[in-house]
Amino acid sequence: MHIATVVPISQTVGANRIVPAVAIPYPLGDPRLTKEEEYKLRRKIVETALKAVTTHIDTQTVFEVK
Amino acid sequence: MEKIRVVHYINQFFGGIGGEDKAGLEPLVRTGKVGPGIALQNILGEEYEIVATIICGDNYFVENLEKVKPELLKLIKDHNPQIFFAGPAFNAGRYGIACGTICEVVQKELGIPVVTGVFSGSPAAEMFYRDLYLAATADSARGMEEAVRRMVNLGVKLLKKLPIGDPEVENYIPRGIRQNIFSEDLGAKRAVAMLVKKLAKEPFKTEYPMPSFDRVPPAHPLESLSEAIVGLTGCGGIVPKGNPDRIEASSASKYGTYSIAGISDLTGERFESAHGGYDTTYANEDPDRVLPVDILRDLEKEGKIKKLHDIFYSTVGNGTSVENARRYGQEIAQKFKDAAVNAAIVTST
Repeated sequence: MHIATVVPISQTVGANRIVPAVAIPYPLGDPRLTKEEEYKLRRKIVETALKAVTTHIDTQTVFEVK
Repeated sequence: MEKIRVVHYINQFFGGIGGEDKAGLEPLVRTGKVGPGIALQNILGEEYEIVATIICGDNYFVENLEKVKPELLKLIKDHNPQIFFAGPAFNAGRYGIACGTICEVVQKELGIPVVTGVFSGSPAAEMFYRDLYLAATADSARGMEEAVRRMVNLGVKLLKKLPIGDPEVENYIPRGIRQNIFSEDLGAKRAVAMLVKKLAKEPFKTEYPMPSFDRVPPAHPLESLSEAIVGLTGCGGIVPKGNPDRIEASSASKYGTYSIAGISDLTGERFESAHGGYDTTYANEDPDRVLPVDILRDLEKEGKIKKLHDIFYSTVGNGTSVENARRYGQEIAQKFKDAAVNAAIVTST
């Protein structure tokens, strides 16, 4: 599965399970947040990624981080 | 006046020797033109003479690839050609590979112009477009005359060192070469003109065709996350501090293999990003922002996943060619498989 900031690129190159990331210089973080908040954000993204690999899909699917 | 010496390569079928039953035929030489060589000679005209035709069975060629090259090269060299043609092979798999391979050898070893002709969708087109001028042909021998005409046009221009124009004008398979040219209009104006045409559903021509990408069927989902070994890889350029493998900041020629055994958190003291093209300040401050080792180690401790694989693979995505990236991906996937990794998380900046 692919955690990608620029989802259209990920779709173009053919990734099947895609989770949108935060920003190019910090796909799994956000330096504007506190350490704790940032950890929570990163954890949510990784948990979404793990949900993606346990989900059956037939075609390219973007799993939004909730 | 002495004629320009031409040697022509064809397979057993076009050589009139036989079909599949003769595909094991060893290389042989016929004096003068044979089969498609008749059309080749006619189109080349009186200035040229096909002095010899080399014929080889398709199976013999592809099954003895390393042995056949010097064998054929010797036969070709004996006739002292000034230009070399092979085929055309149209959409034939083995024959196309044979034509492309022998052209490459002759180009490299004899330094003379070489041309073959293949169908754009054939395996040979994909294999040789970068290194050879491949005349674009129809997919079958019905297009023989036009194919030979296109091969001759390219061959004569190469021999006489005349400029060769765009692929669609000169009818060859695009070689992936970008050439700077001067244009009357600024890029912005050209882009808007293209957009207007696109909106009007009129034909337009891109100045930068995008590469074509593979599609693969989605992998089956994991049945049990708590039983899964998860691997981490990515193109955000995370490497041990000092970048020991010297992965390039742009157009990476390799990927790195790094251990995170016993590491529960990527810190800026031990890791950094080798990536050019984006501001790595935040990645260097906390590399988990690119490769989330901290989270995956915690999930491992909590039993949510069985294990985070102790090796991660990393490269720089900045300007890296699709071709190289595909190869890194294939190799990394194989290494993960060999290590019984069940799922891979790929992160991109």
